[in-house]
Amino acid sequence: MTASRNHVSTASPKFTTSEMMSIAAARELRDGQVCFVGIGAPSTAANLARATHAPGLVLIYESGCIGAKPASLPLSIGDGELARTADAVVSVPEIFNYWLQPGRIDIGFLGAAQIDRFANLNTTVIGPYERPGVRLPGAGGAPEIAASCKEVVIMIKQNRHSFVDPLDFRTSIGFGDGPGSRERLGLRGKGPRMVITDLGILRPDPKSCELTLTDLHPGVSVDAAREATGWALAVAPELKRTSAPTEAELGELRRLVSMRAEGSTK
Amino acid sequence: MAEIVSLRDAVAELVADGDTVAMEGFSHLIPHAAGHELIRQGRRHLTLVRLTPDLVFDQLIGMGVADKLVFSWGGNPGVGSLHRFRDAIENGWPTPLKIEEHSHAGLTNRFVAGASGLPFAILRAYAGTGLAGRVASIKSVQCPFTGETLAAVPAINPDVAIIHAQQADAHGNVQMWGITGVQKEAVLASSRSIVTVEEIVERIELRPGGVVLPSWVITAVAQVPGGARPSYASGYYERDNTFYSEWEGISRSRDTFIAWMQRNVLGVGA
Repeated sequence: MTASRNHVSTASPKFTTSEMMSIAAARELRDGQVCFVGIGAPSTAANLARATHAPGLVLIYESGCIGAKPASLPLSIGDGELARTADAVVSVPEIFNYWLQPGRIDIGFLGAAQIDRFANLNTTVIGPYERPGVRLPGAGGAPEIAASCKEVVIMIKQNRHSFVDPLDFRTSIGFGDGPGSRERLGLRGKGPRMVITDLGILRPDPKSCELTLTDLHPGVSVDAAREATGWALAVAPELKRTSAPTEAELGELRRLVSMRAEGSTK
Repeated sequence: MAEIVSLRDAVAELVADGDTVAMEGFSHLIPHAAGHELIRQGRRHLTLVRLTPDLVFDQLIGMGVADKLVFSWGGNPGVGSLHRFRDAIENGWPTPLKIEEHSHAGLTNRFVAGASGLPFAILRAYAGTGLAGRVASIKSVQCPFTGETLAAVPAINPDVAIIHAQQADAHGNVQMWGITGVQKEAVLASSRSIVTVEEIVERIELRPGGVVLPSWVITAVAQVPGGARPSYASGYYERDNTFYSEWEGISRSRDTFIAWMQRNVLGVGA
């Protein structure tokens, strides 16, 4: 991901809001979990977790790489480094039918262009479907990752373009129209556990399923989070403050990003 | 039995205007050289099929080869938009592009059904999404045993499948390894197939995890070293990530795109 120039200064080392987002997301992954990883921000965070506190994190990429252990961040979900370091490489029908569909993956780790208050995601179009203002890449693996993983963690930058209600298109289901939606649709995973942004962390309210701001990153105000949300943002009564990145976390993240696979190594 | 021919002859004989053409390669072994040959031979009105249309599909679409795209994710992985794909959908340039979109799981299973000789495939997918109900090739079906409602997608059986592999032998047996995506299913689902290969070897040495397609399910094999570049061929060359990043600038405007195609594709022999 491109580092934002928005430096936050605290007593700890200087870091960007993008770095804070990656580090906050990495902290949520536990050693030994099995994680289906989307490209971009989720892949960066998952690899940071593996390089720091979760060396046994099992990374699955939709290209068919199971247990990939890349030394540098891949640019695509099918870089050679992922296949070379994987425990197994399987076909695309197999990764979706045998591995994702039965619900054996702990965490689906997704990004999106838009999210709504029930954590439904849009990666399809901005504007009307038939005549879009911006045609986005589309669904990819996301709808079934969102449906079938035991839990889902979402990473998305928080602003008025991304936090919208309603979505321009509902590509992947979070909590649908609210309580009971996932059950009615027959989705077997529990749905989004949390949404990690560059401003803080949101979690679904246990009763209403509505995303609720529970954590703020260092230097971010509640007003800034409200301002960056396209609906009346629910805020937890007791807000937690994310601890600032440690030297070790920042050092490892920057090392990974600087080693991002670029250019041919032929 | 597969015939070993030049890429030019394979495309001339096996791909006709108006055909449905699947060109597979999931982030590896992407048949770039074959795509360029389709452009040089001026094919028109194709329905192109691929899970992950990326740079070579951007080029095919930008050159007006396709009337329709069947796909599940159209982007430049890790970089951003496909600008020619977007221009075709958003502005109809150079020609309007019809789309039929799925998720990866859905389109994958359309190939699986096609390869299996079945009319449709069943999967857990699409429930509650905007794709269900909007895309005519997404329906639901009730399990006759449990009563559960599941997604159903029709088989896809392209006229031609085009893939790139590492090796063939003199008889036209093909082996690929590394990330092999949905290429086997694409070939088996299609009426005809063209496989470009890095090299033709005396004898194929079977690789652990390698996927072998026997000569008798392939129509034509053409030796095209480097035929996947700037994608990669495991064991031969790496992905040219710099070029994937540069494509952002080349493809952003119609003029720089056309100039690049003139210089690097139209003006170059197969």
